[in-house]
Amino acid sequence: MSTPIVSITAPENPVEDFLRTDRMPHIWCPGCGIGTTVNCFTRALIDSKTDLDKLSIVSGIGCTGRVAGYVNLDSFHTTHGRAIPFATGLKLANPDMTVVVYSGDGDLFAIGGNHLIHAARRNLDLKVICVNNLTYAMTGGQTGPATPLDVITATAAYGTYDPPFNLPQLVDAAGAVYVARWTTFHVKQLARSMAEMFKKKGFGFIEVVSPCPTLYQRRNKMGDALDTMKFYKQVSKIKHGAPTNEVGLTKSGEIIVGKFVDRERPDWTTMMNAHLQQELGEKYIPAEAPVCS
Amino acid sequence: MARGSVSIVVERCKACGFCVEFCPSKVLALSDAFNSKGYHPPHAVTPEKCSGCDLCGMYCPDFAIHGYRTDKPAAAAAEVVKESEDAC
Amino acid sequence: MHADPIGVLTGAHFLDGDHAACEGAIAAGARFSAGYPITPSTEVVERFSQRAPKIGATFIQMEDELAASITILGAVWGGVKAFTVTSGPGFSLMMEHIGYAVMTETPCVFIDVQRGGPSTGLPTLPAQADMMQVKWGSHGDYEIIALCPNSPQECFDLTIKAFNFSEQYRVPVFVMMDEVVGHMTEKVVIPPAEEIEIEPRRWTSKDKSSFQLFAPCGEEQAPEMAKAGDGYKLHVTGLTHNERGYPDMTPVVQERMVKRLVTKIRDNAEKICITEQIDIEGADVVVVSYGITSRVAQRAIQNARAEGLKVGSLRLITAWPFPEHIIRAIAPKVKGIVVAELNLGQMVREVERCAGGHCKVKLVGHAGGTVHKPEEILKAIQEVVR
Repeated sequence: MSTPIVSITAPENPVEDFLRTDRMPHIWCPGCGIGTTVNCFTRALIDSKTDLDKLSIVSGIGCTGRVAGYVNLDSFHTTHGRAIPFATGLKLANPDMTVVVYSGDGDLFAIGGNHLIHAARRNLDLKVICVNNLTYAMTGGQTGPATPLDVITATAAYGTYDPPFNLPQLVDAAGAVYVARWTTFHVKQLARSMAEMFKKKGFGFIEVVSPCPTLYQRRNKMGDALDTMKFYKQVSKIKHGAPTNEVGLTKSGEIIVGKFVDRERPDWTTMMNAHLQQELGEKYIPAEAPVCS
Repeated sequence: MARGSVSIVVERCKACGFCVEFCPSKVLALSDAFNSKGYHPPHAVTPEKCSGCDLCGMYCPDFAIHGYRTDKPAAAAAEVVKESEDAC
Repeated sequence: MHADPIGVLTGAHFLDGDHAACEGAIAAGARFSAGYPITPSTEVVERFSQRAPKIGATFIQMEDELAASITILGAVWGGVKAFTVTSGPGFSLMMEHIGYAVMTETPCVFIDVQRGGPSTGLPTLPAQADMMQVKWGSHGDYEIIALCPNSPQECFDLTIKAFNFSEQYRVPVFVMMDEVVGHMTEKVVIPPAEEIEIEPRRWTSKDKSSFQLFAPCGEEQAPEMAKAGDGYKLHVTGLTHNERGYPDMTPVVQERMVKRLVTKIRDNAEKICITEQIDIEGADVVVVSYGITSRVAQRAIQNARAEGLKVGSLRLITAWPFPEHIIRAIAPKVKGIVVAELNLGQMVREVERCAGGHCKVKLVGHAGGTVHKPEEILKAIQEVVR
């Protein structure tokens, strides 16, 4: 059946509804991948039909932490490393909320590392998106817990000799039920992964490898953001289900991406309710979502 | 006949080049024009090839561009865009 | 508004301060706590963890005080009243999030059962040496409210007061107990729920387009409150922000915002300052004390009066904001003020500052580990009178 060509005024970019347009333009550098991840986040929210009034985003400090300020959701820009415990309180007080933690590699794995592993251990129902630009970008590009070996940083003028964490491995070992990694090149897959994670109960984690052209790539003469995106395209290999101990990152080696872990384990609230119900029977009164009264 | 088109918010662009590089139909190139920050925003050099897939929109870190279908009414277009995504 | 009966154990009980504080929190409407064990405060959250499942509350033991102190803030933004409990070393760890609570105007309660310090110090023995820390421990300019119970009954009553102040002024409030008050067991009368006045959270009734999460309202200069999940698209940040909550890191907004955080407490100090004043009128000496030391001071004052000395007592129930106006009024009329505290000189500095040289100010300090002997305080009273 032929459809008449109608003149359509350009529909709005679907991301606009999700942005605090009164705060644009954002502070991220040209070619920074964080904005790209926000597009994927937006797409995932649309595709998973998440009720936006019932979704909160919690971030820490750093370039990625600024995401909370730019998205039009109930958003909490907390202290360095402590997005996850804040998110824990938010979620437990209001179990009907979907709580997303959106933060960077340094914030989540160095200062926030302890909270990350405990939240994963407990399998708290939190969705963690970790933009890994391999550095502490906001403060000028210092070495972080995810910075690969032999890389120049602001605090490693002669190259790093600090072995980095393998982020998916750590989170997997701590007990997360969903672990994936993509790069900012893999926009479609990233959006799909995010949507998948939003619908899965329990501690979910997605690492997104992203350029920091101003600091990380520039200091290491790795070209600009576009060069980095082409590098990701070239060296990435999709290996769903890869053992997480095999997906560590190096300065210029292959980047294994994909969904590594997708398992079932009851989340903390479910376990608490089941256990207390069993022990206390009728005397157990589960906490209800609060109302404004 | 183009199945799609792009809409560019010139003032937001920082000329990172992602949209130019990753457009599957090579529709875009950075223009010679400047925005007020001194960046060259992209423009469609082969607009007839645009499929409206919106990969440019997905990549753009500055929310400065997006693609959309022009050959179908908006509601059906959204569905078709989704179809084409799965094909990408 | 009255307390929810589900949380209230009406009746006469024999409780220690820690347990009484927990009951106070529950009566005040606290339905969330995140804690970390630290002597001598642990019993507060241990009791809460037992009571919680039967009253529709949630307790989670976090991995450290850094986590606990922000988990409660998340819970507040999720819509519940929340508190945490700690002692010296944990209190030090919580400082950053105390600042965050102040900056984001998050109503919440922190209970510090003070012990000997500094550092690991005397985990099982008393001190009152966190009094300056509670006011100045976090970075930046800010004001908080701190209350000092001197009995298990007051641990119950003042914890309720703390929650009420926190909701009224959208500020973290501190209950500064000490190990003796926390572990002494006395009669605690818990009234019927309908006799317990609770300050409800000041939920906004404004619609989504006009509500501003950080716009001052009323005499309190404190904004109305909202919670995540109601479509307000709140933004809460520790960065200097405007009334909408968006970061606005300019000197103009800093001046406006930070000043209001300070003035909302300072301007309302006279309403917030609760003191117990006995025989101040006509006194030659006034003894200033708080917490457990006030129990010892009571005996010293009794003995001094028995000797014919005209001694009054000013007990700080509110330590912060400091009742400047009261000291300023007293100082010109007395020969001296004796400050007895279980530290080497903290609140005495405020007394000296406010006395402005109008009278002698004598500290009866103590490094901690046990309480003063009444004779030490009596001796100071006698010296001042001479």
